[in-house]
Amino acid sequence: MSSDHKKSTKQSAVKPEKVKPKQKIELYRQMLLIRRFEEKAGQLYGMGHIGGFCHLYIGQEAVVTGMNAVKEEGDQVITGYRDHGHMLVCGMEPNGVMAELTGREGGYSRGKGGSMHMFSVEKKFYGGHGIVGAQVPLGTGLAFANKYRDNGNVSMAYFGDGAANQGQVYESFNMAKLWSLPVVFVIENNRYGMGTSIERASSTTDLSHRGASFDIPGIKCDGMDVFKVMQAGKEALAHARSGKGPFIIEMVTYRYRGHSMSDPAKYRSRDEVDEMRKDHDPITTLKDMLLEDGDIDEAGLKEIDAEIRKVVSEAAEFAQNSPEPKTDELYTDILVAND
Amino acid sequence: MPVEVLMPALSPTMEKGTLAKWHVSEGDTVGSGDVIAEIETDKATMEVESVEEGRIGKILVSEGTLDVPVNAPIAIILYEGDDENTPLPEGSKQQAEPDAKESAAPEKQEEPEKAPTNQVKITVREALRDAMAEEMRKDETVFVMGEEVAEYQGAYKVTQGLLDEFGARRVIDTPITEYGFAGIGCGAAMAGLRPIVEFMTFNFAMQAIDHIINSAAKTLYMSGGQMRCPIVFRGPNGAASRVGAQHSQDYSAWYASVPGLKVIAPYTAADAKGLLKAAIRDPNPVVFLENEMLYGQSFDVPDTDDHIVPIGKANIRQQGDDVTIVSYSRGLAYVEEADAALKELNINAEVIDLRTLRPLDMETILTSVKKTNRLIVVEEGWPVCSVGSEICSAVSSLAFDDLDAPCLKVSGKDVPMPYAANLEKLALPTAGDIVEAVKKVTYTQ
Repeated sequence: MSSDHKKSTKQSAVKPEKVKPKQKIELYRQMLLIRRFEEKAGQLYGMGHIGGFCHLYIGQEAVVTGMNAVKEEGDQVITGYRDHGHMLVCGMEPNGVMAELTGREGGYSRGKGGSMHMFSVEKKFYGGHGIVGAQVPLGTGLAFANKYRDNGNVSMAYFGDGAANQGQVYESFNMAKLWSLPVVFVIENNRYGMGTSIERASSTTDLSHRGASFDIPGIKCDGMDVFKVMQAGKEALAHARSGKGPFIIEMVTYRYRGHSMSDPAKYRSRDEVDEMRKDHDPITTLKDMLLEDGDIDEAGLKEIDAEIRKVVSEAAEFAQNSPEPKTDELYTDILVAND
Repeated sequence: MPVEVLMPALSPTMEKGTLAKWHVSEGDTVGSGDVIAEIETDKATMEVESVEEGRIGKILVSEGTLDVPVNAPIAIILYEGDDENTPLPEGSKQQAEPDAKESAAPEKQEEPEKAPTNQVKITVREALRDAMAEEMRKDETVFVMGEEVAEYQGAYKVTQGLLDEFGARRVIDTPITEYGFAGIGCGAAMAGLRPIVEFMTFNFAMQAIDHIINSAAKTLYMSGGQMRCPIVFRGPNGAASRVGAQHSQDYSAWYASVPGLKVIAPYTAADAKGLLKAAIRDPNPVVFLENEMLYGQSFDVPDTDDHIVPIGKANIRQQGDDVTIVSYSRGLAYVEEADAALKELNINAEVIDLRTLRPLDMETILTSVKKTNRLIVVEEGWPVCSVGSEICSAVSSLAFDDLDAPCLKVSGKDVPMPYAANLEKLALPTAGDIVEAVKKVTYTQ
């Protein structure tokens, strides 16, 4: 795994020293928020406050954080069911996300969507989709609308290494290239589609090449390094925005937890997980860099940590105290009343 | 002995066509494979080749003749030794039908009552095209995508002329990838556009049904009312003719069972137009089920670009007191055929065209059943878990005391559609099945 990361990007990485300290600290803050939020969600799941499926993003934080840092106003985001991190970086309220996890009235979908189905039209987050790969044509459709309106926006469609084998992904690649749609396909390769390693599921494992037969350029990127993600994202978004059509980034990343909360993850060794956490953790890496460069001191870090813990515990409290949806909500939002 | 050249069929559903051009004149010598004429339908153009070697003895149908029935003789080819006076062989069409031009059957008249002055007679195909064109003129966010919708002018010519008027930005040919382009349509709708996604037939929409249901129908609910998906999925549904099991399925009951969708299945051209316009304007995902066999049929349609038929309202096509017959789409063609026989039995049926399958207009059905005390539901689809099953169940529970007989279903048979002509006929409902069912519930001998 580690060698994969070292050879990764063809691009020269965004030079961290060129990123302003303030922005570096913000990236750190966002990644830490996702990490703490997800840990809390895991806890609440264990306590029975969150039901059904709950797919945690722990370990993959640098991917959405880096991409989010280089997107432009109006660019859309769509992803699959491992979606909590995407929503938080889009600026959706932790309270509303957590309350949706607990199925309460205060949730983004008023409790009717759950972990896998949340949306914010205002923040340009288009879900939150539970069917593996479905977000890829949907995200391509968002790009279609951008081109139709000629609004200069790019859609970012995130999907995993598992979804990368879905037929509809290639149907979308074909049309995206055929029509030069402004879409960036972000493949979050966390090495396991549920319990099946990529080597056991994919005839070719370099997912950055998956657009080759459609002439869609692709790059492989170390998804554990937020600066490398930013660099790859910048290149991809600029390509798509310039009218050249789709671009693929394979983000080589890792999830520390099981596929979902009910997965004990026996298909991989504890050593493998420990090695990733110890040597490649995106948050620890950035934290060490901040300290080394003197961008922040221990006290500053503590302050951020405390502030995030407060946000997360408030979200957990809100999510538990928000009432369940009223029973008449059962029959609302099935159809839009005619305007 | 002379041989007749017959008007060929371009497709199993073609009944007549235009003799557009003769490439030969009387007296010309032709060889096997020579192109002798061009024929046209509203769907396609085709060259007629000679399968015989000989001399054109007589041209029976002149260039430019419209509505020449399939199998009508259009020319006579003479062999060596034949002359213009050599008699045709026994059983030739020419003997039975002396003039093909005369025998060109007029369009079936679907609505016998006198049309108001502001009605025009157009085909269902034209009605659908006009509906799309009018809505596209009105709303810049409306666009059409699908296989062969643009340059080919539509596999069934429903989108004829749209590319010319609206250009390639709004009339988009897709690859043959239903799952993908249905998903792209949904994504565009989520971003606020109003796509019309054409499926060449709904049989192929099975590849896309995931997006129709999981992405289009459920998103509003899952997003707590935030995210809309205003999209129309349309195309021919149900049995065509002689195309076998994989191309002859009625999906009405499948889609009608899904909360979050509106489902429409019109019969007449006026309803096709008015309901498609309503569907395009609707903020919800709509599944619009057409029928290939009806595309070429003509009906009166109000001559206005603002003819809207409300979704969710059934239409009483015929008033009657003895039995309520509910149907939709092509089912009504069987009902009309049966009705002639019922009238001979002195049975006056009230005929209801559902037009919309979801939401179902139960009120109209129940009001009618309260009057007639009997219900028959007619559909082409399979009998198990069908639209008829649903209506019979609802009427049995909501109007039990009004019923004088059990509610009966007349449907397609519980088999995949066979190819053989005789078996295909058996697999579909017939007017005879309807008459039998009506006799049963009216206790008529």
